[in-house]
Amino acid sequence: MQNPSSEENTQKRSLPTGVVTIVFAIVLGFLALLAWGLNNAQKGPIQVGKSVPPFTLTSFSGDVYDTAELQGKVIVVNFWASWCKPCEQEAAEMEQAWKEYQPTGEVIFLGVDYVDTETEALAYLDKFNITYPNGPDLRTKISQLFRIRGVPETYIIDKEGKLAGVKIGPYTSIGEIKMMIDPLLD
Amino acid sequence: MYNHSGFHFVKKITILGLLILVLFFIPTMNVLAQSGNPPTADDVNAVAKQLYCPVCENIPLDVCPTQACAQWRETIREKLIAGWSEEQIKQYFVDQYGDRVLAEPPRTGLNWLVYILPPVVFLVGVFFVYRNLTKLKRSSPNPENIEEPKTSDPYYSQVEDALKSLVEAEKD
Amino acid sequence: MISNLGFGALIIAFIVSLYGIVTAILGQRKNNFQLVESARSAMQLTFPLITITAISIIILLVRGNYEVQYVYNVTSNAMPTYLKITALWGGQSGSLVFWAWLMSAFATAVTLRKWDRDRDLLPWVIVVSLITLAFFLIMIIGFENPFRRFWFSADGQEMVAMFQPAGSQLITPQDGRGLNPLLRHPGMIIHPPMLYLGFVSFVIPFAFGMAALITGRKDDRWIRLTRRWTLVAWMFLSIGLVLGSRWAYDVLGWGGYWAWDPVENAAFMPWLTGTAFLHSVMIQEKRGLFKRWNVILIIMTYLLVILGTFLTRSGVLSSVHAFAQSAIGPLFFVFIAITMLVSIALLITRWGDLASEGQMTSLLSRESLFLINNLLFVGILAVVFWGTVYPLISELLTGQKVTVGPPFYERSTGPLFAGLLLLMGVAPLSAWGHSTWKTLGKAMWKPAIATLVVLIGMAIGGVRNPGAFLGLGLSAFVIFITLYEFWRGMRARHKRSGENYLEALIKLAGRNRRRYGGYIIHLSVVLMAIGILGIEVFQTETQAKLAQGESVSLGGYTVMYKSLAEFDVNDGRNVARAVVDVYKDGKYLGELNPRRDYYYDSQQPMTIPGVRSTLEDDLYIILVNWEQISSRGATFKIFHNPLINWLWIGGIVLILGSFIAAWPDAEKEVPVAVSNKRKNQKTQTAASTD
Repeated sequence: MQNPSSEENTQKRSLPTGVVTIVFAIVLGFLALLAWGLNNAQKGPIQVGKSVPPFTLTSFSGDVYDTAELQGKVIVVNFWASWCKPCEQEAAEMEQAWKEYQPTGEVIFLGVDYVDTETEALAYLDKFNITYPNGPDLRTKISQLFRIRGVPETYIIDKEGKLAGVKIGPYTSIGEIKMMIDPLLD
Repeated sequence: MYNHSGFHFVKKITILGLLILVLFFIPTMNVLAQSGNPPTADDVNAVAKQLYCPVCENIPLDVCPTQACAQWRETIREKLIAGWSEEQIKQYFVDQYGDRVLAEPPRTGLNWLVYILPPVVFLVGVFFVYRNLTKLKRSSPNPENIEEPKTSDPYYSQVEDALKSLVEAEKD
Repeated sequence: MISNLGFGALIIAFIVSLYGIVTAILGQRKNNFQLVESARSAMQLTFPLITITAISIIILLVRGNYEVQYVYNVTSNAMPTYLKITALWGGQSGSLVFWAWLMSAFATAVTLRKWDRDRDLLPWVIVVSLITLAFFLIMIIGFENPFRRFWFSADGQEMVAMFQPAGSQLITPQDGRGLNPLLRHPGMIIHPPMLYLGFVSFVIPFAFGMAALITGRKDDRWIRLTRRWTLVAWMFLSIGLVLGSRWAYDVLGWGGYWAWDPVENAAFMPWLTGTAFLHSVMIQEKRGLFKRWNVILIIMTYLLVILGTFLTRSGVLSSVHAFAQSAIGPLFFVFIAITMLVSIALLITRWGDLASEGQMTSLLSRESLFLINNLLFVGILAVVFWGTVYPLISELLTGQKVTVGPPFYERSTGPLFAGLLLLMGVAPLSAWGHSTWKTLGKAMWKPAIATLVVLIGMAIGGVRNPGAFLGLGLSAFVIFITLYEFWRGMRARHKRSGENYLEALIKLAGRNRRRYGGYIIHLSVVLMAIGILGIEVFQTETQAKLAQGESVSLGGYTVMYKSLAEFDVNDGRNVARAVVDVYKDGKYLGELNPRRDYYYDSQQPMTIPGVRSTLEDDLYIILVNWEQISSRGATFKIFHNPLINWLWIGGIVLILGSFIAAWPDAEKEVPVAVSNKRKNQKTQTAASTD
């Protein structure tokens, strides 16, 4: 597409088929790229009911949580960041919910700290006394997996590893959290 | 063929150079880390300038006004105090937040495409232009031109002049 | 009521466009010029219709009818009236209407001319323009209707709809969300219209180019007819780009003017091909060469315009400038795909017909140099295009998001821009058809010596940066050559006719406006280059936390922190405004007020720099942070930006030059007169094609 002046001086030839093919291949390739990009931009977060690809989270204290190994439990994946004001609204409720479910052993909470600094993140966890595992989203791999749009966002994965619920924005009450988790328990 | 002693000489020089480099860097790193001379805002910005805010689009870290960016600048300051080099800090940011924090894609794997393709396209363009410009030589009405390399010389310009007067005569 | 009127006009405009397309094609098929005339009337009818729509929106905006979603989204009670009017292009749907409105205005203007010689082109020009227009209209009607209102349905749901859903009630909010604060800047008021004007007016030469391809006309008539359109389009696009830079410099508060952001690139790319096109069409006019290349360039320009609009609005590329997420993506994509494939297919079928009529005859001829100029522009385009698109490719193939930032673009395009500067000096001296080193040297040696003097002066003045030497040296060279050309022409007139020098200058430029307007544009570009070099090469910066009375020095200036005040303004802002005194060489120069505006309605902070601007340099101060008790201190970031002012001055000169070059001739554009005039002015032209 970008060849200057491929002139065949004074020759009234039409373009060789090879060139035409290449030009159209490039154009179609570019259009495919655009279509893919558009599709990606319009696609929301991953869909409820689809199985979530496994991922690992390394917590700030160094423990590794592999969702493949956690199958059979309900996994609550909460994306947050210390610079995110709305996240603070739900922090206490999240911890309270964790305290309620922890003894049952059926539910695990994973806090994914989205593009944050460790110092501030630890201070945040401290401030809200958060005890469930939290770790940084290294290279934003986990957030890309879920295609999050911002923080806070919470994804609940059922015991079969399928996405069961999505919450965009902060939870306003503990009841709201429980309403999404309880139906998934036996 | 390498001369054996020459090769040793090169090796020695390299080792010496490395030693000098290390000697040169150790004290400065110590100065930064231990002298209690905290990095200035300008030191922080010098690193931040080369990094991009991971949450906002296309804004360098040194001028990004959000709170998150202020935190990242603080992280850079902490790392500088801890004696990290610029490269180490950049690598840390890449490990934490991905390649997008760098101002340019790292030169690995597929990313080479970024650096290679534009010059290739440009060279293809040069080829076409070159073909066009050499064709004018070949099709020039003056046969003597063909033999002449076009970058020269008094003779060439004589020919050019002759040509010009010829054309001018035609015009009048 | 007004909503319905505006929406109705929009629908009718769409139907009229469809009618125009069909009748134009039919009229052309049946060779019935009456039908084509009818299509022309349809084309001209779209303008008043869309005007009604645009005025309806403006009335709603000014009256503050917040039950309309668009009004709610982009205005608020606190906004002054002029901002409410300009909010027409402050959001996605309004700006699309604005786009369509300008488009119909331009297309109407072009159909108002006499067409006697170009009857075969007319229907196709109408078809291409109207298809573009109809596409924008259907996009507005179907996905981005600016007249949708808020309704409260019977079952208690809030919803947005154009017409009242059964059993629902209208919701009328008391206040709107207000325009994005970034857009509340004088530069932002003119910047988008300029860009749109640039974009839209490139549709005209494209429509003519397509018409020429479809009808199979091989002559350069389409180029001659659209020369001024192209120049005007190019001028608007240039103004838009410069204003955008100015806006970034004044409002974004990062000490720069251009970030190589995807959306900036999207506007820059059609400018690159457009500039190449402006030059290469001259080769076809004078020598009958590069017909194919010109068609390729105008197709590329149009596609890049559409692509730029698409990228900005569909959310495909992430950028600070991007519009809110929108549903127009898929439809837009289909339009781009069809336009691309159809125009390329057309070009390929006509490829054989578009062979050059002549040949290049000399390496140093104007056309050869223009060819190299085109090569450089396309080279820059390749860099910018690839840098813009690559993040998408990377994400697709590796899942890794990457940034392609300024270092990449600056390194890759720098040498190409330098090459263009050099050509800008040399090419105007070379003649069409034929030039030699000797003739070029004759015209160049005096300016070259003057340049050498400047370079030596720079070296003595302490400049050591090779980039600055090269860039400023080339700039000086072009300026000297251009001024010398003016001088030579002036002196020749003075000697021949005895006019005084000023009179000679005015008549000289008046007689050959295209050429001397072009020279002035070249000068303006060099001025801009000087501004860009100044800030790129010589910018220095520092950051300091100052207690009251403390000061910091940079670039010969001393900045002293005096005070800071935080207060609310009645247009919904909280302002933190610092007062600093500026000294140079111990002399007090005045105070500056860097500030931070916080907009309550959109919860967005903005950093407004305090700038002291002179021809020599800018002192640019940003308020970064401050203590609760302001006497304790505030943190400032200070930039010293040498020469940057020349960038804006260059922008103004560019407008002047464009006006001179594009001003319509007094005599009618009769072909005979054109060719006569051309012979007179170009005594050096060796071989003319007609």
